[in-house]
Amino acid sequence: MAVEIDTSAYVEEARELLSELEDSLLELEASPEDADLIGRVFRAMHTIKGSGAMFGFDQIAKFTHEVETIFDMARNRVIPVTKGLIDLTLEARDQIRAILEASTGGVPVDEEESVRIIAGLKSLTPEGGGGAAEVKVKRGPAEVKGPVPYRIRIQPHKDLFANGTNPLLLLNELSDLGAPFNVVANLSALPGLDELDPEACFTGWEVFLTTDKGENAIRDVFIFVEDECDLNIRMLTPEDGLTQGEEVKKLGEILVERGAIQRERLENFVGHQAPLGERLVQAGLVPKDQVQAALAEQKIIQEKREQQKKEESAASVRVPSEKLDVLVNLVGELVTVQARLNQTAALLADHNLQLIAEEIERLTGELRDNTMSIRMLPIGSTFNKFKRLVRDLSKELGKQVEMTTEGADTELDKTVIDQLNDPLVHIIRNSIDHGIESPAERVAAGKSAEGRVHLAAEHSGASVLIKVEDDGKGLDVERIRAKGIEKGLIPPDGDVPEKEIFNLIFAPGFSTAAKITNVSGRGVGMDVVRRSIDALRGTIEVDSRKGYGSTITLRLPLTLAIIEGLLVQIGSECFVLPLAAVEECVELSRKEVDAAHGRHMINVRGEIVPYIRIRDRFQVEDAAPEIQQIVIAEVDDRRVGFVVDHVIGQHQTVIKSLGKSFSHSEEFSGATILGDGSVALILDLQKMVRFVEKEETDELSGPRAA
Amino acid sequence: MAKKIMTVDDSSSVRQMVGLTLKDAGYDVVEGVDGADALAKLKASPVDMVITDLNMPNMDGIELIRGLRALPTFKFTPIIMLTTESQASRKEEGKNAGATGWIVKPFKPDQLIAVVKKVLG
Repeated sequence: MAVEIDTSAYVEEARELLSELEDSLLELEASPEDADLIGRVFRAMHTIKGSGAMFGFDQIAKFTHEVETIFDMARNRVIPVTKGLIDLTLEARDQIRAILEASTGGVPVDEEESVRIIAGLKSLTPEGGGGAAEVKVKRGPAEVKGPVPYRIRIQPHKDLFANGTNPLLLLNELSDLGAPFNVVANLSALPGLDELDPEACFTGWEVFLTTDKGENAIRDVFIFVEDECDLNIRMLTPEDGLTQGEEVKKLGEILVERGAIQRERLENFVGHQAPLGERLVQAGLVPKDQVQAALAEQKIIQEKREQQKKEESAASVRVPSEKLDVLVNLVGELVTVQARLNQTAALLADHNLQLIAEEIERLTGELRDNTMSIRMLPIGSTFNKFKRLVRDLSKELGKQVEMTTEGADTELDKTVIDQLNDPLVHIIRNSIDHGIESPAERVAAGKSAEGRVHLAAEHSGASVLIKVEDDGKGLDVERIRAKGIEKGLIPPDGDVPEKEIFNLIFAPGFSTAAKITNVSGRGVGMDVVRRSIDALRGTIEVDSRKGYGSTITLRLPLTLAIIEGLLVQIGSECFVLPLAAVEECVELSRKEVDAAHGRHMINVRGEIVPYIRIRDRFQVEDAAPEIQQIVIAEVDDRRVGFVVDHVIGQHQTVIKSLGKSFSHSEEFSGATILGDGSVALILDLQKMVRFVEKEETDELSGPRAA
Repeated sequence: MAKKIMTVDDSSSVRQMVGLTLKDAGYDVVEGVDGADALAKLKASPVDMVITDLNMPNMDGIELIRGLRALPTFKFTPIIMLTTESQASRKEEGKNAGATGWIVKPFKPDQLIAVVKKVLG
């Protein structure tokens, strides 16, 4: 029997009260001591709240109630009427108005705004001093609290069995919650055999359980018997087991605390030789089960304490990062010297020297790996910084955005993390500004009003993948294509694949934003991002579905200092290829070259693999050997071969930057010093492939354009 | 040997739902259509557990529980009552009569099995 209540009367009344409230507040600002004005403000809010609740405007009632509670303090002179209070109350008034309009078909309100206003008001009160606005940001599934030890005392009433309860099943259920799990029976209530009623329960239990499920899960076990037994659940902290002297509590202390023995009687006892527990039982001062329970408690506390100590000591080394940089440099030098030692030992053919060289090679390798791992940091702290960014940005743009993260514990070299911040900020800004639609647009498109930005990090071979996903409107392929043609970046009639069109957004000065906003859209963004990622020797990729959102994937190297390389020779020059990308090496005979009729393709076990002749690219003059080698590597998800004269072998490569004078030679990502002191250039395979592709496209499209 | 459970309800659809769920989980199931029917059948042949509705004609669930607890065979047998949210006082009454636990209607099959496992093992 639903009754239609006419709410229009309330809405009218509330509107009047709200404008009255506004007037009173503005007057109050001029004369903050006027008790009459304070009273008027208070009454207006009170009426809005009261009638609101009656007419089913629960959100208004709840919010106004909070504001009123704080303003009540001003009325009672607990807090002064300040500009801050009036500002916030005015904002609250606007918010009430917004909620009112929303409930009569207006735009939805920003819930966070309510939270912020209340938090701001609360910070003005004596209890809530300094309280900042709460930020609602959900986390990924990674957040799990660690297991906690509990002491559970169960003392069933005598009639427990009469309801068909089997306490053994309860204990079994508890043991399913976690481990370690210890039970000590408390038999102190058990009468002599002649008085024993087999149908009554006399036994109690003390359970020591370590679980991550929380106290409620423990209580749930006892849901049917909560009236039939006394239950005492307590979390054991390491501090529980500590006396003031920071020592683990002695058995006697625990027993005294439990009320099992009086202190004087205990003290009379101390000084004997046998373990205290045994002697107490023998002397009949404390029942045996009590001692056992206390011992179990002591053990758990000790374990917890040790575990905590371990964690504390593990987390307590703090070193300035410059020291680590110096260490990495030194390891780099050492690796270089070690290579020289290896070469010298081989040259001298001195068996003993070779043995030492091998040993040093092994140790250097370990030292290098360890040093690198010290510089590895989880990316989570960077992710956390973005939560604030997302919150502020979405508010500024009037959008509702929830940020989720995944893989926050993925580790990356500190240098990489530091340099990753700016590009990621750019990408996230873009996602929120251009990707996520306004709440109204979203609802119209059949999506939830709240948009989502998902940040994920994961390891993939020697790289780390970082993804920024949004569920916004996605990239507009046609608009980008039009813009690309307009800017002469793609041929007007060419059949350009979607992926390449997406990549156009990284071109300098490219922006399709119809209007320039405060946040992004000035056309300097994505090309800067591309350059920063390139500088990190990483790659960037865009994927998008119109109407469903976009994903930007960054692939970054784990470290920038030392890599495993493959040393190759062409003519008299040595080059290094990053080993992480290398898949296999095959031979290329002159016969095969001839058979391919000038095409740079080779058949590897039935698969056609294109190859690049490094000799040609770098104009190495010496004659090529009869049989050359092709190093096949994975570049941009494809297999590409690189033709070299000889493959020398694996090489620990300390990356040295080439310096400004070589900054135009983009095919190289750096250089390294070899054992004999000569320099080998490190090839950037991806850039090489891109260059060759571009040249070929230009050659193909050149005549057509002419 | 599979444990035997009696489900008592005047609604045949509830009996069927409870029965099938229990059979799926590997229990033997017998049915009672009301309190009197159940009590008579149980006196003749005991079971390991009883799941009973509360509101039934011909002896309601509370009376059935009292009747069973008075029998030596059923003194410690787990008895679960089916209640609805609004029957908090009935729950109390049922506990006092000797019920081991309860399931609030409506419930899902896995909730039923969880409760059976909890009291029957």
